[in-house]
Amino acid sequence: MTTEMDAEAAVKELRATFSSGKTRALEWRVSQLKALLKITEHHEEEIVQALRSDLNKPEFEAFVHEISAVSAACKFALKELHRWTKPEKVKTSITTFPSKAEIVSEPLGVVLVISAWNYPFLLALDPVVGAIAAGNVVVLKPSEIAPATSSVLAKLLGEYMDTSAVKVIEGAVPETTALLEQKWDKIFYTGNGKVGRIVLAAAAKHLTPVVLELGGKCPAVVDTNIELKVAARRIISGKWGCNSGQTCVSPDYILTTKEYAPKLINALTCELEKFYGKDPLQSNDLSAIVNSNHFDRLARLIDDEKVSDKIVYGGQRDKSNLKIAPTIMLDVPADSLIMSDEIFGPLLPILTVNKIEDSISEINAKARPLAAYVFTNDKKLKEEFIKNVSAGGMLVNDTTLHLTVSGLPFGGVGESGMGSYHGKFSFDAFSHKKAVLQRSFAGDLSARYPPYTSKKLKLLKALLKGDIIGIFRALFGW
Amino acid sequence: MAADPCKDLEAELRETFESGRTKEESWRRLQLNNLLSLLEEKEDVIFQALEQDLGKHPIESYRDEIGPLIKSLNYALNGLKKWMSGRKAALPLAAFPASAVLVPEPLGVVLIISSWNFPFGLSLEPLIGAICAGNAVVLKPSELAPASASVLADLIHTYLDVKAIKVVQGGVSVGEQLLQLKWDKIFFTGSAPVARIVMTAAAKNLTPVTMELGGKCPAVVDSLSSSWDKTIAMKRILASKFGICSGQACISIDYIIAEKKFVSTLVELLKAGTLSMFGVNPKETNSMARIINKNHFRRLKNLLNEPSSKASIVYGGSLDEDNLFIEPTILLDPPLETGVMTEEIFGPLLPIITLEKIEDSIKLIKSKPKPLVLYAFTNDEGLKKRLSSETSSGSVVFNDAIVQYAADSIPFGGVGESGFGRYHGKFSFDEFSYEKAVVRRSYLVDFWFRYPPWNDHKLQLFKSAYRFDYLGILLIMLGFKK
Repeated sequence: MTTEMDAEAAVKELRATFSSGKTRALEWRVSQLKALLKITEHHEEEIVQALRSDLNKPEFEAFVHEISAVSAACKFALKELHRWTKPEKVKTSITTFPSKAEIVSEPLGVVLVISAWNYPFLLALDPVVGAIAAGNVVVLKPSEIAPATSSVLAKLLGEYMDTSAVKVIEGAVPETTALLEQKWDKIFYTGNGKVGRIVLAAAAKHLTPVVLELGGKCPAVVDTNIELKVAARRIISGKWGCNSGQTCVSPDYILTTKEYAPKLINALTCELEKFYGKDPLQSNDLSAIVNSNHFDRLARLIDDEKVSDKIVYGGQRDKSNLKIAPTIMLDVPADSLIMSDEIFGPLLPILTVNKIEDSISEINAKARPLAAYVFTNDKKLKEEFIKNVSAGGMLVNDTTLHLTVSGLPFGGVGESGMGSYHGKFSFDAFSHKKAVLQRSFAGDLSARYPPYTSKKLKLLKALLKGDIIGIFRALFGW
Repeated sequence: MAADPCKDLEAELRETFESGRTKEESWRRLQLNNLLSLLEEKEDVIFQALEQDLGKHPIESYRDEIGPLIKSLNYALNGLKKWMSGRKAALPLAAFPASAVLVPEPLGVVLIISSWNFPFGLSLEPLIGAICAGNAVVLKPSELAPASASVLADLIHTYLDVKAIKVVQGGVSVGEQLLQLKWDKIFFTGSAPVARIVMTAAAKNLTPVTMELGGKCPAVVDSLSSSWDKTIAMKRILASKFGICSGQACISIDYIIAEKKFVSTLVELLKAGTLSMFGVNPKETNSMARIINKNHFRRLKNLLNEPSSKASIVYGGSLDEDNLFIEPTILLDPPLETGVMTEEIFGPLLPIITLEKIEDSIKLIKSKPKPLVLYAFTNDEGLKKRLSSETSSGSVVFNDAIVQYAADSIPFGGVGESGFGRYHGKFSFDEFSYEKAVVRRSYLVDFWFRYPPWNDHKLQLFKSAYRFDYLGILLIMLGFKK
């Protein structure tokens, strides 16, 4: 009961703040973005500690993937804000002549951001940057599965932000459910498809638009005739170097030809050893698995009897420290557990095909992923891949970096999600684009009005076809 | 009908889509051109259907449905190549060697559910978008306009690629069956209660939706001084209410807000205007559409029969249930709690609410759910600015009404209770596409400190670079080689 009342009270207060118009003012938005920036600049240590605590995340990842990414998002928004908030003048056509038109961005109002546990700092604040830039009031519900970060977020945002407009509500399922029952003007959810459906169904009750950033099995196709060492490093960096594979855009599985697989495995294992040493469980540069639930889930994938003889590297685990070593499997059966759902962990199955082109149909037979990767120098394969594979985003000859390009939207399609953000797309995701059309009283077209005559019909036909001569003829009765 | 027509339907369309046929530019152009032929060759058939379903005059049908569709088709044919080619994305200066582009892709197999008031317009405008974007489509027209639904099915199956574009006719149970299938997009035009049902069904399959709903579109009418302005304003107001499907349009002016000192002039002008536009006996002049059916007729009758609403009638008010005809009716200051002021009217009843100062209209408008359109008839630039910046609506139109429907460069859609998503012009293409981000890198430049094992030195390098910019780090990361 209290959680419902808390949620209701929070929304009520936020709605009042929004109605006051305070958050529409550019100065307010700038001040809040600057406050977020201060948090990243003055509390780095605290944030890094929290990420270590929640995920044993290496400082490098905490810094590059999370803290500096949030800082970059704030800076970009601060730089572009006045440009984004300017109305966009658009041309009008003869059908509404004479007229002037523009598209104005307005905030949607009271928005809810629900974030995930794997990049608990980034995925909480990146959308919040967009929400604030667009002039909304926000409730942020960080993931309870990363409790240290959730707590740090609540503390720091409580200290630095305008709490009448930006609130952090911590909690688990009951709190989230209570929040989802409220009426929001937008819900932004990052997480998995199962909860995504719950969020969308809750949004349906109030006809609330949503952005869902989900996941999927992101494939990486590896062709022959490439710079294998570089490719291997980039795959490793996108998989194990990103939160031990617990990343929505990590390469989930690899597709390569039967002949090339041994070479690839060789290159991967060679580079893996350079990065993490002979006993990766001892390396401090690998994130841990977030909790024992997920640890057990991943252990089951390794212990699946269908794959027991397919493990070619790794497989070691340390339950007390929730660590699993980088593990590679070769030719797992299509009906194995590891190929049924998104892995979200440090296990990399390699599937082999006869011809590399076959990988495209293999990929398309599965649900559309958030990202798809191809390593090749073959122009034809590149173009075929880009043309025929359906995914939220694609990267040729690398992994995960496309997220850093602020001019590109980041989002999924189908099971991997709906809507997108980053850069201006974040601002747009939390805005309503209002069309404003100005007509004058001069130049009225009587043909629009009853009583209806055939002359009027002629004129209307010509006008709607953009047929200038027809218009003249109709007007002069020819 | 076959045992489970819906299941086979889904399989067939998915097969067609997966064959890649609908992605070809030539296929899309062919469908659009065939739609043009359909509209030009079968104009009379369409007029007849609309006359049957709604008693629309052919000019109304042309002006509001066929004409705009032809315009949209020409606009789409003109823009298609450019829309399909995608766009380059901004990369940081002195980038990786890399390129980044956004490639528009069709969502796949989409469902369009349209409404009964503009059965052709509201079916085919979204269909144009779906085709332009390269999707396979099922169109479910409203069963409340059966002649139009039947003609749509006939004509579309004759003129268009029947393996990729299908019309499914039927009522609530057919609608429910269709909603059980897995769509890549649902485009819905209609009322909020049904919208909730559609979106809840869509949630099961994570299907993105566009909701084109309604609301009470207010028209703020300022005290205009010039008699020319007054005449034109009146015409436009009346045409947008009584002259377009008898007010059964999501973008009709629902109610007027005016200053007390102007209202007697306003009422006189409206009465005179109505008379001149619709005659003494509007039913006879054939210039007003019928109410769609008895249900809606009774709904409107009940609105009028509420005692305090009835008492506020200053013009019209007569009803003919047998002919489903309601004459142009004007009400002056019905109380704000009455049905006519709380529900979307969707009929030829025009309430006028009076206030002391015209600026007070902002408060009234904000007290109601966000409408699809905010109209204002005024020459006061200050008032225009305030109305636009202090209220929220799908769109804002100054000094006219309805015409925004024919514009291609501005989005058409709602916000809040009036819906989400938008279409018309290129927005239609976008609404049925998703943009795939494609980044290409080469192997030429790789950097050593992107990779573990981590040490303080590497981290310091990042931190010092970071003081400039995260993008800066990336540049350094990608530019350096020790």
